[in-house]
Amino acid sequence: MDVNFTAEEKTFREEVRNFLDEKYPEDIAYKMNNGIEPDPEDFIRWQKILYQQGWIAPNWPVEYGGTGWSPVQKYIFSMEMARYNTPRLIPFGLSMVGPVIYTFGNEAQKERFLPDILESNVWWAQGYSEPGAGSDLASLKTRADRDGDEYVINGTKTWTTLGQHADWIFLLARTSQDVERRQEGISFILCDMKTPGVSVKPIITIEGGHEVNEVHFEDVRVPVQNLVGEEGKGWTYGKVLLQHERTNIADVARSQYRLNRLKELARSSVRGGEPLIGDWSFRRKLAEAEISLKALEYTDLRTLAAVATGKAPGPESSILKIRGTELQQLIDTLFMEAAGYYAIPFVPDQYQVDFGEEDYVGEGAETRTSLVYFNNRKASIYGGSNEIQRNIVAKHVLGL
Amino acid sequence: MDFAITEEQSLLQDSVAKFIDNDYDFEKRMKHSESELGYSAEDWQEFANLGWTAVPFPEEDGGLDGGPVELMLIMEQFGRGLVVEPYLASIVLAGGALRRTADDAQKADWLMPLIEGSKTGALAYLEPQSRYRLADVALNAKKDGDDYVLNGEKGVVLNGATADVLVVSARTAGEQKDEDGISLFVLAADSNGVKRRAYATVDGQKGAEITFKDVRVPAAQLLGEEGKAFPVLQSVLQEATLAVCAEALGIMEKLNHKTLEYTKSRVQFGVPIAAFQALQHRMVEMFMLYEQTKSLLLWAVMAQESEDADEARRAISAIKYQVGTAGRQIGEEAIQLHGGMGVSWEMDVAHYFKRLTVINTLFGNADFHVERYADLM
Repeated sequence: MDVNFTAEEKTFREEVRNFLDEKYPEDIAYKMNNGIEPDPEDFIRWQKILYQQGWIAPNWPVEYGGTGWSPVQKYIFSMEMARYNTPRLIPFGLSMVGPVIYTFGNEAQKERFLPDILESNVWWAQGYSEPGAGSDLASLKTRADRDGDEYVINGTKTWTTLGQHADWIFLLARTSQDVERRQEGISFILCDMKTPGVSVKPIITIEGGHEVNEVHFEDVRVPVQNLVGEEGKGWTYGKVLLQHERTNIADVARSQYRLNRLKELARSSVRGGEPLIGDWSFRRKLAEAEISLKALEYTDLRTLAAVATGKAPGPESSILKIRGTELQQLIDTLFMEAAGYYAIPFVPDQYQVDFGEEDYVGEGAETRTSLVYFNNRKASIYGGSNEIQRNIVAKHVLGL
Repeated sequence: MDFAITEEQSLLQDSVAKFIDNDYDFEKRMKHSESELGYSAEDWQEFANLGWTAVPFPEEDGGLDGGPVELMLIMEQFGRGLVVEPYLASIVLAGGALRRTADDAQKADWLMPLIEGSKTGALAYLEPQSRYRLADVALNAKKDGDDYVLNGEKGVVLNGATADVLVVSARTAGEQKDEDGISLFVLAADSNGVKRRAYATVDGQKGAEITFKDVRVPAAQLLGEEGKAFPVLQSVLQEATLAVCAEALGIMEKLNHKTLEYTKSRVQFGVPIAAFQALQHRMVEMFMLYEQTKSLLLWAVMAQESEDADEARRAISAIKYQVGTAGRQIGEEAIQLHGGMGVSWEMDVAHYFKRLTVINTLFGNADFHVERYADLM
C-alpha cells in the first residue's frame, strides 16, 4: 500500500504549478479570493488560456483534443486547480454535450461542434429538467415533432444554469408519443438559442442571484441534422452524460481549500478579543468536518487507484456525490457561523471590483457567507438529488 | 498510488478469513464465550500454531515482523468472526508493552510464552478514576531493597480474569497525573498480594478489577527505564486503537450484510421489508458509513509508517472518532432494522452490536478523540 506520487507524477505536478503561477490571471484570482463572481468573459478568457496550453479537456480522448493523461495526472491537475482557487470550468460544453457528441454524434457534428467547445467559442446550456419533470426526468413533455427536414420544438425547460449567456442548448425532447416505456421516444437535440421561438426568462434564486432560467420553446424549428445519434435513443445518451466524469465528482480538493481557509479565518479573525478557534464547539465542528473530508479524500483515492490500475471503480465510488455535496454544504454552514452577525447584512452589490471601501460592510467576504450557504442548498438537489442518489446506491450497490 | 496488499499479506488475510468462515461459527463462539475461561484454549493454541500470535513481533524475538497492515488484516477478520480469544489483550497490549521495553532475559521469560500461546497476558493500565487519562496512575511502586512493592488498584483489565502474565503501570515518582514517573512491571498474575475480582464483560469477554496489596516484584521485572513508561504506553495504545478499529470495520461489514439479508427475507404487508424506501435509504447510509470508515482506516494504517508523528496520531484519532460515531449508528440501525429479532440474545447481530459498543469506549471514545484531533489540527 502506498499513496505517494511517483517521481514522474511529482514532476508533472511541478509543471502544473509552474503553469498556474505564470498563466492564471491575477485579476481573476483577485475576484475568486474576494468573493466576487467572475464575469462570463473571465470564464471564457481562463478557458482559452487552458485551451492554448492543451489542457482544456483532460477527460476527452486524445483524438478529439484530450491530454492523454493518466488518471493520477488528471487527479493532480484538478487538485492543483482547486489549490489555486481557479474558476470552475463551465461544464455544459466540455463535460456534457462534448462527450455525447464525440461518442454518439456523426462526423459532421464532431467537426462542426467540438472545436468550438474546446476553444470556448460557443457557450452551451443544458435543457433537461422541466417544470413537471425533475427527479422523474423521463416524464418530460417537451416535444420535437418531425416536419419535413425539421423538428418543431414546443415546451419548457427549467433550471437552465447560465442560460442567459448561452449560444446553444442541448435538450431532451419527446419525438415519439406512442411508446411502451417512457424512456423510449426521447431524443437528444442541439438547438441554436437564436432560433426564433426560443425565449429565456430569469429565475431569481434564494440568495437573490440570477444563475438559472426558464427556457421556452414555441414552434422552434431545428434542422434534423441537429439530432445526435438515433431518434428515440436520447435517454441512453443522456444517462451516459450523467455518468461522465465520475472522478472528481466529490470535489475534494476544493473543499480542502475552503476548509483550510476557514481554519485560517478561525485562527486569525478576532471579534470580541479571542479568535473563534478558541470556541470549543466551533473547533469540534471544524475537526469533524476535517475528518469527514479526510474520509472522502481516501475514498476518492481508492476509486482513483482502482481506475489507475485498470479496474472499474468499486462500490465506494457511489458515495462520492452524496458525501461530497453534504460536506460542501457543511463547510458553507461553518463559514456562515464564523461570520456571526455579519452573515445578516444583505449587501450583494459590494462584491464588485470597483466597490468603494468606505461603504463596505463586514470584514473580508463575511456578508457573502449566508448568500453562499443559501445558494448552495442546490448542491444536494441538482444532478439527481441526494435522495435519487440513495435510490441508485440501493439498487445498484445493495441490490435492492 | 496503490491500495493493493502484497502477496504475503494476502496469504495471511486468506488464512485468517478461511478459519473464521469455516471453523468459527457463531454457536461455537457463544459456547466458548460462556465457558469459565471465556474462550477456546484449543483455538488459541491454533492461532499460535498458524503463526498469528507472532505477527506483530520482530524476527529476532521469534516474530514475523508484521506491521500495521498485517495487524489490520488479522483484526478485521477477527471482527467478522466476533473472536473472543485474547489477541488484543495478550498480543497487542501485554505483548506490545513487552516488545517495546523488555530486555532479552525478560523477553525469554515473559514474552515467548505469550507468542507460543502457552500463556496469556493482560495490560493493567487503567484505574477506576482515570477514564481516558493515560497519565492518571495512582497505583504506586516503592523501591525496597532489590524489590519494588506495589500497592493500589487497576480497573477493567481486559483478559485480567485468567491472564497468567500481568504488565502493570505504576507510579514510581511524581504526582498522580504526571506523565513523568510512570513505570511498567511484569509479574505473574498469581503473585502474592494480587487479588482479582473476575467478571464477564457485556461483549462476551472477560475482565477483572485487580488489587495489589504489598506485592513484591523483583527489580529485574521492571520493564525499560524507571519512570519513563508514559510514551511506551502511548505507543502501545496507539497500536491497540488501530487494532480495534480494524476489528470494528469487520463487525460493521457483518452487520451491514446481515441487515441487508434480513430485510430481504423478512416479509410484512406482503412484501420483503427491504422494498420500503424508508429502510433502503437507511441501509445506504450504513453502507456509506462503512466505506468512510474503511477509507479512514487505510489512511491511519499508512500514516503509522509516516515520519510525521503528529500525522500518525491525527489519523488514529480520526479513525477512532469515526468508529465511535459510525459504529454506534450502524449498530443501532442494524438492531432497529432487525426489529424484535435484533434485541434477542440468540441473534448474532445483537452480539456484534455489543462488541462495537464496547470498542467505542476502549482507548478513548469518539468525544475524547475528536478533541485530541482538534488539538493536533
